[in-house]
Amino acid sequence: MANGAAAVAEKTFYEEGTSSRKGILGWLLSTDHKRIGLLYLGAVGSFFIVGVILGILMRLELIAPGKTIMEPQTYNAVFTLHGVIMIFLFIIPGIPAVFGNFFLPLQLGAKDVAFPRLNLLSWYIYIIGAILVLISLVLPGGPLDTGWTFYIPYSVRTGANVSLAIFAAFVLGFSSILTGLNFITTVHRMRAPGMGFFKMPLFVWATYATAWIQVIATPIIGITILLVILERVFGVGIFDPALGGDPILYQHLFWIYSHPAVYIMILPAMGVVSEIIPTFARRTIFGYKAIAISSLAIAFVGYLVWAHHMFVSGLSDTSAMIFSLLTFIVALPSGVKIFNWVATMYKGSIDPKPPFIWVMVFIFLFSIGGLTGLVLGSLATDVHLHDTYFVVAHFHYVMFGGTGTIFFAALFYWYPKMFGKMYSIKWANIAAALFFVAFNALYFPKFIMGYMGMPRRYYDYLPEFADLQLISTIGSWLMGITMIIIFWNLIHALLKGPKSKENPWGGVTLEWHTSSPPPLENFHVIPTVTHEPYDFSQLKEMKNYESD
Amino acid sequence: MFPAPTSTVETVDSVMLYIVAISVILLLGITVTMIYFVFKYNRKKGHEPQDIHGSILLETIWIAVPTVLVLSMFYFGYEGFKEMRMDSKDAFVIQVKAKMWAWDFRYDNGKNLDTLYVPVGRPIKLELQSLDVNHSLYIPAFRIKQDVIAGGKINTLFFTPELVGSYDIACAEFCGLNHSMMYTKVVVLSKDDFASWYEAKKDSSEVQNAGIVQ
Repeated sequence: MANGAAAVAEKTFYEEGTSSRKGILGWLLSTDHKRIGLLYLGAVGSFFIVGVILGILMRLELIAPGKTIMEPQTYNAVFTLHGVIMIFLFIIPGIPAVFGNFFLPLQLGAKDVAFPRLNLLSWYIYIIGAILVLISLVLPGGPLDTGWTFYIPYSVRTGANVSLAIFAAFVLGFSSILTGLNFITTVHRMRAPGMGFFKMPLFVWATYATAWIQVIATPIIGITILLVILERVFGVGIFDPALGGDPILYQHLFWIYSHPAVYIMILPAMGVVSEIIPTFARRTIFGYKAIAISSLAIAFVGYLVWAHHMFVSGLSDTSAMIFSLLTFIVALPSGVKIFNWVATMYKGSIDPKPPFIWVMVFIFLFSIGGLTGLVLGSLATDVHLHDTYFVVAHFHYVMFGGTGTIFFAALFYWYPKMFGKMYSIKWANIAAALFFVAFNALYFPKFIMGYMGMPRRYYDYLPEFADLQLISTIGSWLMGITMIIIFWNLIHALLKGPKSKENPWGGVTLEWHTSSPPPLENFHVIPTVTHEPYDFSQLKEMKNYESD
Repeated sequence: MFPAPTSTVETVDSVMLYIVAISVILLLGITVTMIYFVFKYNRKKGHEPQDIHGSILLETIWIAVPTVLVLSMFYFGYEGFKEMRMDSKDAFVIQVKAKMWAWDFRYDNGKNLDTLYVPVGRPIKLELQSLDVNHSLYIPAFRIKQDVIAGGKINTLFFTPELVGSYDIACAEFCGLNHSMMYTKVVVLSKDDFASWYEAKKDSSEVQNAGIVQ
């Protein structure tokens, strides 16, 4: 095993790159998975901020009935962009591209991913896709106003710039596919000696399951987008009824990708949770195999539930019944994970540092998201709640309360490893508490409004919703403040923060066996794995851990 | 319980209540256990952590029990759905056409207007068609909706109003600029009022008001 003490004199990956170039080019041309992870962090983080600002603008418009700050056309463009940016540019690439890139090779005891150049190419494809989205905003026709689902025939009839925007999604898909391919190969071929599949950390398992979805499901949206462009440009009738096409076919194809895509969004987050809880409870994970296999189960069953987005589209009643049943089945492996996580706290030695606090926030919010998913999976209730604020609340609890919360938890957990610096623990805890309050103020009223019959994607609303809308808008301001605190804390730590200890939390997975930040090829000696991933008895032998 | 505008309302609300009740119990159970563990096994107390690798018994329990629970939720949801989808031979059929951003209701006798009038106590069947993009006819007070699809596809929506009154109809599928203004009303009239409204050559404002004021 590498040990931290000998590493002090070594150069970190900041000081030594894969190319001889210095400065910005040394980053833009780097094939080091850690630098690429940080490039993604910069890009993904910037788009997240844009998405948050758009969200706050939407909430401001909805503070009172009638016009507040923008016209309906602007509002339609703003909610569409909020969705497109958050989904395609933040939450799908978020955890796998940032933390997967940085930590998958480290946790496997590898020098890099299997295809480092392909990895850099994936980042460039992501950036090209993002630039195309931005260009589509300023071209004649105006910004996309279809919602992130681009439902036909509206997306054919609107004057807005649909073709370029969906082509951007097509390009972004390739970034996702190539990253998935890279990770699958890395997991199969690059594990350190002694690391069998069932000795891999659970973040690796989750990223691995995600990678399969990325590779298998993403081409479907790619093909669908090509068909839409073919239809728009050459007038071939596929989806547009005016040309003899079938708009429902579009919905099927869209959700055959986009439902598995929600597991691309949540599975890596679940993997991070399985890392953080054992470290701060300082004991092995409860039900390792159950958690690992449940990731695969989610990835597999997740393919078979897409039509629950279409219960009121005119699906046959039999199809609706089958898809409802399968939807309930896919809830089970997520439940298994939550029970095992809580059981991992049993008889541990729990030190609730910020990453752990953020995970607790996650368990609460994600449970609400998951349980309200049962309400939507059930046919009788879904007919009422489909396309209402209830759905909006549900997926924000799952996606933002789930993946978003864990994005921050992962940042707080791995920050000392990535940057070698420590942020303010106090402010990270304050941010977690504020986040909890802001989140529930912002999104819980939407459950109630949804059940009262408030449809989603509404510029204006009936007076009976005014009070709850106001609470939600106030929540969005609190959320904005929370985000400022988080970013300020992390950026301040980067510039002026104290140097972190090598292994501040007492982690034992392989990334903690090298120095912080790691050297160019991660390990001075490739480790041989003799322990289970969460065997904390090794902590005594690890020289880089000083107990406090 | 308060009298409901349709029997579907009670069905949907009771399925909702059933799922939410179980969910609240699960959520509280998870949260309270988690917080209890964080205090009980806090590092400050100096416990030696114990590596417990898992338990086949517990894994079986927390797969089996949720399976039974979700299957029961599925069952009640599906039963309620079947009730909503029940076609009736003597249903009163009304053709609905949706376009950006208005509704059009057409009766067999040629009556044609933008507000939906229906008699109380009689099964109603709406045949939905869109003239441009997708819409969705949503009556929150009745807990029902059905997408209105562009092209030849005709979707159907069933309900049996049981209380005289007037209720909102909204569009639930995003359809562009004035999507949020695509509201109209369904007015449930007593059988006699409906008959005289239906036979009248022109819409009698008296009857309309009777319906709206209730």
